[in-house]
Amino acid sequence: MKRAFVSRAILHGIILLVALFWFLPTAGLLITSFRPAYLTSVSGWWTAFEHPFELSQFTLKNYREVLEQGSMVRAFVNSLIIAIPSVILVLAVAAPAAYALAWTDLPGRKFMYCLVVGLIIVPLQMTFIPVLKLFNALGLSGTFPALWLAHTGYGLPFAIYLLHNFFASIPKDLIESASIDGASHSTIMLKMVIPLSLPALASLCIFQFLWVWNDLLVALIYAGGFRNVAPITLQVANLVGSRGQEWHLLTAAAFISMSLPLACFLAFQRAFVRGILAGSLKG
Amino acid sequence: MTKDKILLKLVYALLAWVSLVSGAQATPRDSVTVMTLWGGKELEAFEGILDAFEKRTEVAVRVESAGRDLSILLMARLEAGNPPDLAVIPNPGQMRELARRGHLIPLDFLEPRGYPKAFIESAQFCGRQYGLFLSADAKSLVWYRPRLFKEGGYEIPRSWSDMVALSKRMATEGKTPWSIGLESGAASGWPGTDWIEDIFLRLHGPDAYDRWVEHEISWQNPLVKEAWETFGQILFNEDYVFGGIMGCLSINFADAALELFTEPPGCLMHRQGTFMQSFIRGNYPLLAPGRDYNVFPLPSIKGGGPAPLVASGDLISAFRDTREVRDLLSYLASPEAQSMWAKAAGKLALHVDVPISAYSDPISAKAAELLTTAEVVKFDASDMMPAVVGSGAFWTGILDYASGMKLDDVLARIENAAQRAYKGGQVLR
Amino acid sequence: MNNKLAWLYMVPAALFLGVFLIYPTFSTIALSFFGPRSVEFVGLANYRSVLTSSAVLSALRNNLLWLAIMPTATVALGLVLAAILDRVRYEAIVKAIVFLPMSISFVGASVIWKFVYAYRPASRPQIGLLNAILARLGFEPIGWLAVRPWVNNLALITVGIWVWTGFCVVILSAAYKGVPRELVEAARIDGASEFQIFWHVILPHMRGTIAITFTTMVIYVLKIFDIVYVMTNGAFDTEVLASRMIKEMFGYWNYGSAAAIATLLLLLVIPFLTISMLRFLREER
Repeated sequence: MKRAFVSRAILHGIILLVALFWFLPTAGLLITSFRPAYLTSVSGWWTAFEHPFELSQFTLKNYREVLEQGSMVRAFVNSLIIAIPSVILVLAVAAPAAYALAWTDLPGRKFMYCLVVGLIIVPLQMTFIPVLKLFNALGLSGTFPALWLAHTGYGLPFAIYLLHNFFASIPKDLIESASIDGASHSTIMLKMVIPLSLPALASLCIFQFLWVWNDLLVALIYAGGFRNVAPITLQVANLVGSRGQEWHLLTAAAFISMSLPLACFLAFQRAFVRGILAGSLKG
Repeated sequence: MTKDKILLKLVYALLAWVSLVSGAQATPRDSVTVMTLWGGKELEAFEGILDAFEKRTEVAVRVESAGRDLSILLMARLEAGNPPDLAVIPNPGQMRELARRGHLIPLDFLEPRGYPKAFIESAQFCGRQYGLFLSADAKSLVWYRPRLFKEGGYEIPRSWSDMVALSKRMATEGKTPWSIGLESGAASGWPGTDWIEDIFLRLHGPDAYDRWVEHEISWQNPLVKEAWETFGQILFNEDYVFGGIMGCLSINFADAALELFTEPPGCLMHRQGTFMQSFIRGNYPLLAPGRDYNVFPLPSIKGGGPAPLVASGDLISAFRDTREVRDLLSYLASPEAQSMWAKAAGKLALHVDVPISAYSDPISAKAAELLTTAEVVKFDASDMMPAVVGSGAFWTGILDYASGMKLDDVLARIENAAQRAYKGGQVLR
Repeated sequence: MNNKLAWLYMVPAALFLGVFLIYPTFSTIALSFFGPRSVEFVGLANYRSVLTSSAVLSALRNNLLWLAIMPTATVALGLVLAAILDRVRYEAIVKAIVFLPMSISFVGASVIWKFVYAYRPASRPQIGLLNAILARLGFEPIGWLAVRPWVNNLALITVGIWVWTGFCVVILSAAYKGVPRELVEAARIDGASEFQIFWHVILPHMRGTIAITFTTMVIYVLKIFDIVYVMTNGAFDTEVLASRMIKEMFGYWNYGSAAAIATLLLLLVIPFLTISMLRFLREER
């Protein structure tokens, strides 16, 4: 009995340490964002717990200052403007493609699917210079459409892979009986396959949204020169580059940029997890 | 197919609408755009000058603050075919590269009067002027607090060996003479390059300095090595520097400067350029320059004469040749604009007609005088070198050296990068 | 079944993939044989200079370091956590905590950890969590992002592990729970210890999933950029190929060598591409 108790205690202890390691850093940032600038540079955030109820050591000033700077609010809005159409576009393009690869007699579809999956691995760096030149030639640099198109292009391989997994797992008899009844591909896709795959579509939505919202690199390359379309990741990254005199702003700005994905995550955790699992486990 | 079609049509409509909206950023014809890397007080000061210009000429000026990523932003805009009309260029090396690629317009219509030779030459490419210096920053200065010096009975050192002896004396008394902060985000290492440049100039004179900048001397040359080793004598002495070598590597350069003012002070001397005043004023607005803190010139190493000066400056170049751009540049070169800039931003004006009385504080006045009276004024070497070295290998070399790498290896690394940079078509003159 | 329509379904996707992924890959490889402004043909000069550049070589070394440590660490941690969390009732909460960092961008994670690693000299109070703990234990503070080559790179890799372990936990936990109960019970009845059961019964059953997870992590690690760019931008010898490429492209305005570095990155990735392609084809058969 005693051995079981001790080993249980150790188990709980280890789990507690793990939980702390994963939780404390984020908690530290959150607390720091509520501390005034001069306190941040002289004492650690944990000292706030020495007098937890002395509210004067906390302040909303950091958040207020960040929000007053129009650039941060603008960046938040930009992130939304960039992310939402990217999600819609990726869905609109990936779904028919995944369906075609799964349920039509398209010649060479095995090869095509293989190619698509292979493209997941291409490092984005391979694409920047030519695509940038292309955008410049078309006059698209520094515009929102450029970012939508780029994010769609980059997100397609994984999207097709994910949706294909789901689509292909729909029982063959269902599809066959529908086509025997005279339904065309478009009807089958729109009226049967897609409604049945709503969980997968939802997962893809969440995935793509989070990926685009959190993206720094693509924005840096295609929108880096244009402040008016810069998303919030770029804005925060610039603050980090500042001399350290503005770190109190950095904490609040970082938290504001994280607030949306965090809320998304907490609300849609299940869908997100399902998406990951569908992409990585079989069936 | 209808649902699909409708959805697609909606998407196209949305795309068209937003591209219309976001594309409509064209600037009206009689206005000028300037891209700067300043923020905070400097930006305010600059906007003040632009306001004066606007009042005079009714030409609107739009300022874009690009921050640390100015090179990236500028490059992206150039490639996209819509650069700003004017931009503050971080250093002459980059200006040269831009000129070489044909992006800049020559500024022969400007006649900067009385600029030190270093400032005229470094704004040139192939003999023509492509940049205008708005202001200068004198770098070879040591900041200290007069009260602490008086209390300790310390004299301003007149030679390098005196300065080292003073450091030794301070150390034996249990105080820390210097603080050196090398950390600066992506630019970490640059404060060390200032030390090396000052030391090199003092050890080997202006001609050798020029040859070093042009890479006519290799980085592995004993002249270069001697400069680094001299720096190392201070840098690696745990008693001479605040926080020891670990501190030097990890402390941000601005924080290191402010160690002069903590109680008890983290250091008694700090080598830094005139721009340091803006940090001091920002953090300790009640302290009076001249009385509570002051500067003395970094002393010479050889010979007893006045020490040479290393300086840098804010450089502005133009990408489009319009009447408005020329007017703005001419204004920025005028004594009026330069005194405004000097006063507001704590910088040093370059136009010869700006009197010393234009400076609102004794330190800037002293630095300005040094700038005009010094026998040898040289431009910051790392700013003149091609970016791969000047903003790359040289900076990381300082960090390598401070982290304990053998000096020969450090210099070999920098030389390796320099071979690529100077050969690959990076023409310097 | 109408094939013409099927082609139509593929066309938008094919266009996007062609324009954004396929064509640029070949174009970049071609650009790597040209000069800084992509005007003059220089043959292998870019590769020669890149492969002899100590900056690029140390970036390569760092990539290998990341490669050696992060996938192994995240997968191993994921496995261990999957196993031990299965035994407690509050499993879901802890999983959520470990998984949370995945929703934060790398930029956010970098900011968070910048405060954990913050350094003040020993004579001043510490504001960084790690150095505060060190100081409390009587040690000197360490410049976590400055000391090289192990400390700072490991510090950055730790941030990567912190973000990505949640991903591994989720997948491996699902696979763990998918191991048939009967097998485990049978082994237990046979007198095997918990550890033996884990090693000989559970792990083999999860082999496929572990392999996939590991490969996925490898692919992401090779492309690592954000953490390095935001926290140090490659200073103090922490550069990786992805950030070096951006520096060459935008900092030094040299398209030729930037393309060469990108191609190098692709070459590094190809073996893993081949492995997962082969496995994929085998399974489809």
